[in-house]
Amino acid sequence: MIDAAWRCAARILPVVTVLGILTALWYALAIPLNAPRLDLDEAAGFSTLASAAWSMDRPVLPAPHQVVAELWTSVLFHPLTSPRNLLYHAWVTLSAALAGLGIALVLGIALAVGIVYVRTLDRSLMPWVIASQTVPVLAIAPMVVVVLGNLGITGLLPKAAIAGYLAFFPITVGMVTGLRAADPLQLDLMRTYSASPGTVFTKLRWPMSVAFLFPGLRVAVALSLVGAIVAELPTGAQAGLGARLLTGSYYGQTIQLWATLVMAALLSIAALLGVGMAERAVLHARGGRL
Amino acid sequence: MGESAVLASDTAPAPSAPVVVEARGLGVAFEADGQRVSALTSVDLAIRRGDFVSLIGPSGCGKTTLLRAIADLQAPSGGTLTVNGMTPAEARGARAYGYVFQAPALYPWRSVARNVMLPLEIMGMGRSERARRAEHYLRLVGLGDFARKFPWQLSGGMQQRVSIARALCFEPTLLLMDEPFGALDEITRDGLNLHLHELWRRTGMTVVFVTHSIPEAVFLSTRIVVMSARPGRIIDVIESPLGAVRDLGIRESGEFLAVAHRVRAGLRAGHSYD
Amino acid sequence: MRQVFASPVFVAVLALAAGGIARASLRAVPALALLAALVTLPLLVLALARLARRDTLAARLASPALFGALLLWLWEMLVLGLHIPFVLLPPPSAIAAAFATHLGTLATDFRQTYLHAVIAGYALGCGAGFAVALAVDRSPFLRRGLLPLGNLASVMPIVGVAPIMVMWFGFDWPSKAAVVVVMTFFPMLVNTTAGLAAAGVMERDLMHCYAAGYWPTLFKLRLPASMPFVFTALKLNSTLALIGAVVAEFFGTPILGMGFRISTEAARMNMDIVWATITVAALAGSLSFGAIALIERAATFWHPAFRR
Ligand SMILES: Nc1ncnc2c1ncn2[C@@H]1O[C@H](COP(=O)(O)OP(=O)(O)OP(=O)(O)O)[C@@H](O)[C@H]1O
Ligand SMILES: [Mg+2]
Repeated sequence: MIDAAWRCAARILPVVTVLGILTALWYALAIPLNAPRLDLDEAAGFSTLASAAWSMDRPVLPAPHQVVAELWTSVLFHPLTSPRNLLYHAWVTLSAALAGLGIALVLGIALAVGIVYVRTLDRSLMPWVIASQTVPVLAIAPMVVVVLGNLGITGLLPKAAIAGYLAFFPITVGMVTGLRAADPLQLDLMRTYSASPGTVFTKLRWPMSVAFLFPGLRVAVALSLVGAIVAELPTGAQAGLGARLLTGSYYGQTIQLWATLVMAALLSIAALLGVGMAERAVLHARGGRL
Repeated sequence: MGESAVLASDTAPAPSAPVVVEARGLGVAFEADGQRVSALTSVDLAIRRGDFVSLIGPSGCGKTTLLRAIADLQAPSGGTLTVNGMTPAEARGARAYGYVFQAPALYPWRSVARNVMLPLEIMGMGRSERARRAEHYLRLVGLGDFARKFPWQLSGGMQQRVSIARALCFEPTLLLMDEPFGALDEITRDGLNLHLHELWRRTGMTVVFVTHSIPEAVFLSTRIVVMSARPGRIIDVIESPLGAVRDLGIRESGEFLAVAHRVRAGLRAGHSYD
Repeated sequence: MRQVFASPVFVAVLALAAGGIARASLRAVPALALLAALVTLPLLVLALARLARRDTLAARLASPALFGALLLWLWEMLVLGLHIPFVLLPPPSAIAAAFATHLGTLATDFRQTYLHAVIAGYALGCGAGFAVALAVDRSPFLRRGLLPLGNLASVMPIVGVAPIMVMWFGFDWPSKAAVVVVMTFFPMLVNTTAGLAAAGVMERDLMHCYAAGYWPTLFKLRLPASMPFVFTALKLNSTLALIGAVVAEFFGTPILGMGFRISTEAARMNMDIVWATITVAALAGSLSFGAIALIERAATFWHPAFRR
C-alpha cells in the first residue's frame, strides 16, 4: 500500500515540478510583456509593476490566476444555456467532434476492412489514404462549411464532416495493422478448422485488431476536436470554442481567449480519459489483456 | 598416456600465474516486484591468466549473472570481486575485457567492418590501424569478404562471428563469452570451437565461457565450473586433464568421455536439489 | 487476343481512351458519352485488378496513379453530367483552368505561406523540439516531468494559439511561423525522447563494456537508434506545419497567403480559385512529405521497414 503510494508520488512529483517551473516562467514572462502597456512612472517599484502587470484588463499575456478566475466565473456564475458560459460552447464543439468521431469510426473501419480483404484496394486506395493526410485538410474546412451552408445544411453536420475527415486516418491505419496482426500460426490453426473467411474475421482478426484500435482512437479523438474547433472559425458561428476564439481575437479579449484555450485543453483531456475508460472496460472484459 | 600427462601440466596455468578474476563469497540479488530474488550466493572462484574456464549449469542458475558481475554490468550484493586486482568498475574503465553477448548485438546502421571498429573508435585508435585490425579479425573469423555488408544481410551464425571479431579486435587479455554459439548448427559450432581453441592457445588470453553443451565445455576448457540453481552456486570445479593441443577427434577419447561423465554427474546432482 | 486483354497496360489505355471519348462527347452527344462511360468504368476496374496482381515497381506506382485518374474522371463526369452547380463543386477541368489563369496570385500566396511561414516555423519548431529533448535527456527527473506534459500537449488542439500569436507577432508571416513552431515542437520533443530511449539493453551494455562516456554513447548508439522516431515526427510535422500556417491566416493576415485566399474567395463564391489554392496546398504537402520520406529511406536504410 505504502509502496504503491510511493511509486505514485515518484511519478507525479517530476510532473508537478515541471508544471511549477512553467507557471513561474509564465508569471515572470507576463511582466516584461505587459509592462509596455502600463503607464507607471519610472520610480515605481518592482512589486507595484508586478501586481499591475498581473491584473491588467487586456494584458498581452494574462497571468494564470486571471485565466482561472475567468474560467471559474464563466462556468459557475452563468446558466449552462447562456453564451457567456464556456461549458455551453464546449458542449457545442464536443457534440460536433463526437458526431465526427462516429463518422470517422464507420469510415475508418470500413476502409480498413476493404484494404485488408481486397488486394486491388490495398494497392490503389492505400496510397491515397496516406496522401489525403498530407493535404492540409483544415484548409478545406471553410469551403466545406460555406458550400454546405449554401445547400441549407448548417449547424452540426458540416463541422462533423470536417472532424470526421481529419479523424478517420489514424483509425484506418491502426485497424489495417490490427487486422493483419494475426500471426501465421493462428491463421493456420483456423485453416485446420476449415473456418470460413467470415469466421476468421469475427473469431481472430477482429478481436486481434482491438488492441490496435485504441491508440488510433486516442489520436482520432484529439484530431476530431481540432477539426470541430477549426470548422467554427470561418462560419461566423455564434457558438462553439472556435467561435469564442474568433470573437476573443477580434475584440482583444485576451483573458477570454486564454480561458477558451484552457477549456479546449480540458475538453481534450476529458475525451482522452473517456477513451481510456472504454479501453479499461474492454480490457476488463478480456481478463486484463488486449 | 604419459605424453598427455606432460601436456596437461603444460596447459593448466602454472599455480604461480597471476589471478585475473577472483570472487570471494560473491552474492548477487535482484529486487523484483518488491521481492528479493537471490541469483548467486557465496561464489568462490579464482581464474588465473591463461585459463579457459567454462560455466555450465541449468537455465536460471546465474551463469549470465556471474559474467555480468565480472563485466561490471551488474552490481554484486555481497562478497568481493576483483578483476586484474582492481574492482570490476576500474577494470572496465581500463578496457580490460571483451564481451560476447548471447545475441550478436550488432548495430544495424553500421557495416560489418564498422561494427568491428566500434570499440576502436571509442578507444580513440587511428583510422588506418582501425581498418587494419578490422580486416585482420574479420579474416580470422572467416568473414573477410563480408566487410562491406550490413549485419541484417548475414546469417545468425555469421553475425555472431562478427560480434566475436568485435570483441577480439582491441586485443583484450580477458574474453567473456555468454553462450556465443548457442544458436548455431552443430557443424558451424564445431568449426568455431576449433577456431576459438586455436586463438586461445596462440594468444594465451583468459576466457570465461558460458555454455549449455557438455562436449563444448570439455573440448574448450582447462577448467569446468558446474553450477546449480535456486540459489545459484558452484557445486563442482573440474580440472581438465586434456592436452593443450586438441582437435575434434579428441572427443571420442576415453579421457574426454570421463570428464564429460563427471560434468554430467555434477549437473544431475544440481538438478536433484529442486 | 486473350493475351492482349490480360495486359493491364492495354486495358488501361483502352479505358482512358473510352473515358476521353465520354468526356469529349458529354455536351454534344450525351447518349454516346453514357455508352463510353459504361465501357470505361469496368475497364478501369479490370485494369486496377490486373495491376494489383503484379509486383513490379511500375505496377506499384501505376495502381494509385490509375486510381487517382479514375477519381478525377468520375468527379468530372458526375459534376458535368448531373449539372451540379459550379459554386458547389467545380469540375477538375475548371480548377485546372483557374490554376493557369491565377498562376501569379497562387505563386505569391505560396511564397507568403509556405516559403516564409511554414519553412521558418518548421525548422525552428523541429530544431527546438530536438534540442530540448537532448537537453532534458541528461536529467531523468526533468524528463519524467516533461514527457507526460509533452505527450498531452501533442494531442491538444494547439492550433487554438493562432489568435494569440497573431496578437503578439502581428499580421505578417512571423505570427504564422510562431504558430507552426508551437505546433511542431511537441511531436518532435516526444518522439525524440522516445527515440533516445529506443536503443536495446544489450546494445547499451556493449557501450558500457567499452567504458564509453555519455557523448560517444549518444553519437554512436542513441542518436542513430533514434532516427526512425525523429523521422516519424518530421513527417507528421510537415503536414501539421501547413495546417498551422493556413489556419493562422484565418485570424488576420496582410491581403495575401493561402489561408487568406481560401477564406475570402470562399466567401465570394469564387470556388475555382479556392480549389486551385487547395491544389497548391495539396501538392506542397504531398511533395514535402514525399521528400522527407525519401530522405528517411536513405538515412534509416537499416530499419526493418526499408531493408531489401
Ligand atoms: N534483471 C533481472 N531481474 C530480476 N531477476 C533476474 C534478472 N536477471 C536475472 N534474474 C534472475 O537471476 C537468475 C539467474 O539468471 P541468469 O540470467 O544469470 O541465468 P542463466 O544461468 O544465464 O540462465 P540461461 O542459461 O537460461 O541463460 C534467474 O533466476 C533470473 O530469474
Ligand atoms: Mg544466460
